[in-house]
Amino acid sequence: MLQDKDRMFTNLYGYHPWNLKDAMKRGAWDGTKALLEKGRDWIVEEMKASGLRGRGGAGFPTGLKWSFMPKDVEGPVYLVVNADESEPGTCKDREIMRNDPHILLEGCLLAAHAIGATAVYIYIRGEFVYEASVLEGAVKEAYDAGLIGKNACKSGYDCDIFVHRGAGAYICGEETALIESLEGKKGQPRLKPPFPAMAGLYGRPTTVNNVESIASAPAILKRGADWFKGFGRENNHGTKLFCISGHVNKPCNIEEEMSIPLKELLEKHCGGVRGGWDNLLAVIPGGSSVPLLPKHICDDVLMDYDALREHTSGLGTAAVIVMDKSTDVVEAIARLSYFYKHESCGQCTPCREGTGWMWRMMERMVRGDATVEQIDMLWEVTKQIEGKTICALGDAAAWPIQGLIRHFRPELEKRIMEARKIAKSAA
Amino acid sequence: MPVCQVNGQEVEFDAGMTVLQVCEQAGVEVPRFCYHERLSVAGNCRMCLVEVKPGPPKPAASCALPAGDGMEIFTDSEMVRSARNGVMEFLLINHPLDCPICDQGGECDLQDQAVAYGRDGSRFEENKRAVKEKYMGPLINTIMTRCIHCTRCVRFSTEVGGVTDMGLLNRGESAEISTLERAVSSELSANVIDLCPVGALTSKPYAFNARPWELKKTETIDVLDAVGSNIRVDARGNEVLRVLPRLNEDVNEEWISDKTRYACDGLKNQRLDRAYVRGTDGKLKPASWDEAFAAVKDKLSGLKGDEIGAIAGDQVDVESMYALKELMNSLGSENTDCRQDGAKLDNSVRASYLFNTTIAGIEEADALLIVGANPRWEAPIINARIRKRWLTGQMQVGVIGETLRLTYDYSYLGAGTDSLKQVADGKADFAKVLKDAKNPMIIVGSGALSREDGAAILAAAKKIADNTGMITDEWNGFNVLHTAASRVGGLDIGFVPGKSGKSVADMTAGSVKAVYLLDADEINTEALKDTFVVYQGHHGDKAAHVADVILPGSAYTEKSGTYVNTEGRVQVSKRAVFAPGEAKEDWAILRALSEVLGKTLPYNSLAELRIALRKDFPHMAEVDATPTATWGDFGTSGDMSSDVFASPIENFYMTCAISRSSETMAKCTQDIILNAKAAEGEATGTNG
Repeated sequence: MLQDKDRMFTNLYGYHPWNLKDAMKRGAWDGTKALLEKGRDWIVEEMKASGLRGRGGAGFPTGLKWSFMPKDVEGPVYLVVNADESEPGTCKDREIMRNDPHILLEGCLLAAHAIGATAVYIYIRGEFVYEASVLEGAVKEAYDAGLIGKNACKSGYDCDIFVHRGAGAYICGEETALIESLEGKKGQPRLKPPFPAMAGLYGRPTTVNNVESIASAPAILKRGADWFKGFGRENNHGTKLFCISGHVNKPCNIEEEMSIPLKELLEKHCGGVRGGWDNLLAVIPGGSSVPLLPKHICDDVLMDYDALREHTSGLGTAAVIVMDKSTDVVEAIARLSYFYKHESCGQCTPCREGTGWMWRMMERMVRGDATVEQIDMLWEVTKQIEGKTICALGDAAAWPIQGLIRHFRPELEKRIMEARKIAKSAA
Repeated sequence: MPVCQVNGQEVEFDAGMTVLQVCEQAGVEVPRFCYHERLSVAGNCRMCLVEVKPGPPKPAASCALPAGDGMEIFTDSEMVRSARNGVMEFLLINHPLDCPICDQGGECDLQDQAVAYGRDGSRFEENKRAVKEKYMGPLINTIMTRCIHCTRCVRFSTEVGGVTDMGLLNRGESAEISTLERAVSSELSANVIDLCPVGALTSKPYAFNARPWELKKTETIDVLDAVGSNIRVDARGNEVLRVLPRLNEDVNEEWISDKTRYACDGLKNQRLDRAYVRGTDGKLKPASWDEAFAAVKDKLSGLKGDEIGAIAGDQVDVESMYALKELMNSLGSENTDCRQDGAKLDNSVRASYLFNTTIAGIEEADALLIVGANPRWEAPIINARIRKRWLTGQMQVGVIGETLRLTYDYSYLGAGTDSLKQVADGKADFAKVLKDAKNPMIIVGSGALSREDGAAILAAAKKIADNTGMITDEWNGFNVLHTAASRVGGLDIGFVPGKSGKSVADMTAGSVKAVYLLDADEINTEALKDTFVVYQGHHGDKAAHVADVILPGSAYTEKSGTYVNTEGRVQVSKRAVFAPGEAKEDWAILRALSEVLGKTLPYNSLAELRIALRKDFPHMAEVDATPTATWGDFGTSGDMSSDVFASPIENFYMTCAISRSSETMAKCTQDIILNAKAAEGEATGTNG
């Protein structure tokens, strides 16, 4: 279990004020100037060495991403912070921005320096009204204290930070759709290549990072890569915020070591599954877009990128959604299908047409109004979407259904049989 | 040159090409809906997915992926086949099965590709999506349920048309193409009908008229403006049903203006299908050809040569003008003129009245000065080229004349000749822009040249061209933008007054006793009361009303003729249908009349006439060649009045007898021009 001294997010629960004075008491903005003066290469190398993988869901190594940014470019370079946290089940970035905005801002400054950015945009989800006002307050405080802006922290480096509010579209969490939205256009993902590191915001080199990734940077740089590397298994290092919701006795956000067993996570921090571990039906381990895991896998699975991938799921945003045996798992996944149908941007064919088709089929599966062959057809449709779309929303819509069919096919078949029986007796 | 493999076959390609282009070069077909070579890449239909090694283990959109050296591309692997199959199924699940009543049937990309890549039946048991129809103006019919959201129309109207009227509303499966219930305000709007790969956007005037396989297709030339767009006329029986663009990279690429496309229904209205002679009671009476010719002979035989004149209209073919000129000369008259608007151009130096840069040449220009022209209305196709160049960010535009709504930004230099003088004297800032440019160009419109001081304006324009380095061995930046399809041809063959000849202004002022109007309607007919007027033409328009004898001729779709566009490019049109009733081809009428007048023209067929024409004017034989003209001395410097320049076109949709007779053009006038004017009135609050 992670000890208190090793926590990066010391005000996760808002027990203390978020303002600059209190944040500094907790260690924010301490020695930032010295870190900046070590130079951008040092920061990038240290981040690389720490093994931090992007906390937004895809798990791409953050230091490596920063190292892709071209050096010695004329003109502006941007850092964009993705605070459009909309994945169902996920609420980690919200807590950071609400209760500890200054570590995010400090991280922004360090990251911006590491990639040679001239400006930072924090794109915050439209629904986060309170968080946006806190963040804007924190930005003002930091400007007033000379921590950001011209000659930030007296390091000679100029860095502006802007907070931009989104309008409430899930797709704007996709990095290129976010860039489009930031430019004032309709939030639709761009074709890749070119990747943002080559041509991003306003066609300039851009790095897009998740809030948690950026907010981890100050602690990593202050305490050293080795400290961070000391947690978790090889290739899955560090501490991580887990957002546990659903049928546990005490749903919570908790910072924990990577690679903690799922069972330990739920029992230690959440008071266990409602009705005991044996009452567990399934867990969605990383936010709504990853396939669910049935109980027998949950018994001993570790919570990290590689372990979950071995079980054809993923760590995603580490938003653990727990479902006990009272859950109608088919209806639960059907609801997620509706979400993806609703949030598809409509740009490319498989996602636009496929998400609606899948949702309608899932609705019929809930009622058992289908044939057994249609379960295979549904599987095939998910495969027709997966990997064929411009962005990952198509994959995200397909995976939960694939997980359902993979682990709960008997449940689907049972419903079809029951519905048929009822229809027969009624006739 | 980098090399890659397409299905195992080695292909060399130019760096920067996309995988799809490389496949095309290798002769491998890649299906697509959203990709169009003249529009930006959207990559949203996902039909062009191919397998690429090295790369991630999933198919890639070939339209957007740059080809790399050593890449292996597969277009018929299992992965690709199943991907295409899947995408096709997704496209079809919400596409209605209404092909039997769809106007796109027979020329539908979705239909064709569904046969090639689709499955045999549908697995979709849910209800199909239905989308409410949209209003997009009098030209575009919408059945939006059929839309597959390729966004070609949106990209065309934004990128080529230069208007932001079209867009994709909403998201996901609720996404809809919309113009917010307004007509698209581009003069090129109807090209989206050709671009639409399905039957979502179809032609409104042509709706439910015919199937493509019933039509006789004739490849010919447009004459409604001076661009000479290459068109295909589709006819059934003797009726022109529609006009479509034909590919010509040098002229119109693959676009045509809405007038070119839709004025063709004017060919059915107000037609002169028999001869008329004005009786003693002052009324026009139907007559036979013999009677009409006799009436002409009666009148002309008593007149001296210089008492007779001839005016050629804006859409006359070169052959007819040539025949008429010969006839007038044999009658002893030098009073011939093809410049209805009174443009102060003479034919001594060919470069003085051509669009010398050529239309394709605009793409090399880096500074442009527009004087007294509105390219958007006078030549929408040329305007699109200017926009295309402007979009690259490598051309600056300056305008002297009216403040225009062009589809590109420009610096406004002034309204009249004072500003022109400043540029000519090198005093204006824009003169420096022109001077610094590598390939500067100037476009002088007929609004500037048809004024009394047109010759002085022409001289000023020439001075700008000479002073700013527009004329070099490789580059000629001096351009005259004509509005009449016949103008350059007429000037080429010298259909202008001879030494003592009279001009249009003189002739229409009553200085001749008889005037022969060859399809000439854009003249002032008020003073022609005492003049004997012979009108040979196809529409009962303005000039036919004052005619004493009407000889029914043929419109541009009904005859083969040579036309020279504003660049000086010689093109030959073909006959698509026959002229209605007793109407004849124009050259044949002149030939027959010459015999009656005892001055028989020495050719018995169009071929013989063409041989004679090409003997006198050899360049008329250089069909489709890129025009060149040598620079010379022209224009007469003199005083210029301080009047502001005005474009000769007040209504883009109605500029000639054909378009004035067109119902579709009338609707466009109402919905696009008049409604926009009314809306402007509302906006300023001046309508009460």
